Amino acid sequence: MNFDFTDDQQAIKRTARDLLADRFKPDTVRELAEAERYDDAHWTEIAELGWAGIAIDEAHGGQGLGTVELAILAEELGYTVAPAPFLSNAAGGLAIQHAGSDAQRERLLPGIASGEARATAGLLRGGAAALVPDADSAAAIVLLRAPGANGAAPGSGVVLDPADCEIEPLATIDQTRRYARVTPREGAGEPLGGDVGPALHRIATVVSAEIVGVAQRTLEMAVDYARDRQQFGRPIGAYQGVSHRCADMLREVESARSTVLWAAWAADAEPETLPLAASMAKALASDAGWNVTASALQVHGGIGFTWEHDLHFLLKRAKVDGALFGTAGEHRERVAALSGLG
Amino acid sequence: MDLTLSPNEQAFRDELRGWLADNHPGEEPSGDEAAWEFRLAWQRKLHEQGYAGLSWPEEFGGRGATLIEQAIFGEEMARAKAASPANVLGLVMGGPVVIAHGSEEQKRRYLEPILSGEEIWCQGFSEPESGSDLASLKTKAVKDGDEWVVTGQKVWTTFAHHAKWCMLVARSDFDAPKHQGLTYFLMDMEQEAVQVRPLRQITGEEEFNELFIEEARIPEENVVGGVGNGWAVAITTLMHERAGLGAASAASVKIALGQLIELARERGVADDPIVRQKVAALLIEAEALRLNAWRGLTQIMKTGIPGPEGSLPKLQWSAVNQGLTELAVAIQGEDGLLRESDWTYRFLRARANSIEGGTTEILKNIIAERVLNLPRLR
Repeated sequence: MNFDFTDDQQAIKRTARDLLADRFKPDTVRELAEAERYDDAHWTEIAELGWAGIAIDEAHGGQGLGTVELAILAEELGYTVAPAPFLSNAAGGLAIQHAGSDAQRERLLPGIASGEARATAGLLRGGAAALVPDADSAAAIVLLRAPGANGAAPGSGVVLDPADCEIEPLATIDQTRRYARVTPREGAGEPLGGDVGPALHRIATVVSAEIVGVAQRTLEMAVDYARDRQQFGRPIGAYQGVSHRCADMLREVESARSTVLWAAWAADAEPETLPLAASMAKALASDAGWNVTASALQVHGGIGFTWEHDLHFLLKRAKVDGALFGTAGEHRERVAALSGLG
Repeated sequence: MDLTLSPNEQAFRDELRGWLADNHPGEEPSGDEAAWEFRLAWQRKLHEQGYAGLSWPEEFGGRGATLIEQAIFGEEMARAKAASPANVLGLVMGGPVVIAHGSEEQKRRYLEPILSGEEIWCQGFSEPESGSDLASLKTKAVKDGDEWVVTGQKVWTTFAHHAKWCMLVARSDFDAPKHQGLTYFLMDMEQEAVQVRPLRQITGEEEFNELFIEEARIPEENVVGGVGNGWAVAITTLMHERAGLGAASAASVKIALGQLIELARERGVADDPIVRQKVAALLIEAEALRLNAWRGLTQIMKTGIPGPEGSLPKLQWSAVNQGLTELAVAIQGEDGLLRESDWTYRFLRARANSIEGGTTEILKNIIAERVLNLPRLR
């Protein structure tokens, strides 16, 4: 039993933390978010570092590392709320790698791993995917239909050329990332070769990891503020109304982190545990993301409600991430179905 | 990162599981005396196998188990629904304190009878006026020749009527700052000056006692860790009380959640969306509790210092146990209000979970001050 990162994983985390702190300074994030765009130079650098293909097989041009390493990067990118198409491309890569056919892997994974032909993935309900990150700029769009929780209905997936889809850009509250509604044309695209479950569970895990990073950042901001801000002659963090709120935020962040790490580990080492672990992680992280960022805003008081303060970028990212690849309520329902409630 | 047990840990668990399968004491009998005899017999059996002083070093008759092995032990005992041994306070708190702070003579004198269950221990910390603010306690110890004379009142003392020794913290210096004037004593319970009165709790049972101490005599060689060091010594016992409990408590709520799911099915509400959401939320919180506990143990083993997640299991456990018993009572409708139901008992008993062993509010203070480094209110 060793519930901690290896030295290599620690090194990935440290490198990412340092580099991202420099590349995605709050002013840079603000500028990109307000302009609703990404900086291509950021993506080029992320791809050159090998991050775009971190969990993709070496045979297909990736680093051949696991979901744990991918989750480490997702958390760190979340921590800086980086405007970059990393998560969407990672989701597209997981979908092809774990649900695609050999031919689809060979065709698509090299471009995903090198970052030169990005993919994205979305959750298909009815005839459309309502919230697909970076669909307007991806070279390939993978839409996944979740299987019924108890095998009632099989899942399915399709790889689409963006030209075969209606892509409607959405003005969501999260301006640090582009989202679109995607409606594939009737009969368009190529079905995925394999079972979509393992891909969906991994994607949910990685989105959850990003939320942990976002929540961690706002927890730190709230604690720093509570130490500095004085009212009634004391730092507000000395009052239990504030300090207990911060303790609750820590509980939510650490619980989400433990559960996400468990799910990421299961994806790599104990796949039979993954469906339950991934849904537990996404349920917990989705709720923690909102509760913690909203709590951080409350600790900041009025200043946290202003556009000038950076908190709202994190709060909005956490809220939208909470809905990506299944809400907390949907994942709790899966947990119930997997736990003997039928 | 590896969340599986190492070959050694696996071997420890398999051996324990096998032994438990052959030696499980069965269900605890009803009736106080019968239950007590049962627990004494269970302790002797555990001791014969070397499981009594699991965490104690081998030189003192223990097994020198790692933290992970202690957690596995707790998990397996919870999973097997095996009763606690009679002298649990001596094993978990008293022995470790004597080992850490006691003199050689004290180690020779006290440790073996704790393991065998020959001498039962109880704890005299809390007082009617000193609960969360333990260091404000007022029980008075005055030196008289080579003895201390102790007068005061203690409360929430488990097993006081069976105990030979009381781990007693008393104020030996009223002029010193409150944390520095305390001394840790081993008080002989078999004297007229110590009166035990059972405390009836909201479940109707009498699990705890009050101690009325009127000029009790304690020889000076029964001071542990030196006069005036009582606070530091007492803190060691509290840390021992909390370490490794997380994994065991996670295992026991997991069993309870299985029973809750059973109940939901029996009562025909397993497909009610609200019940499903609530059960799932509890299952997830229980899993997070288990994972936080194991992550915390890894941190302690690596660095010697508990990580931030290690401080969470106690308050998470109390919330999950309260939540699941509340849901079980709600699922039963009017039947849930009947005293005869086991769920109703557990529902009432769970109210103490967020108070005993550190209130949720105190635990949040600790997290805020020591983990998040927020300023102190005081």
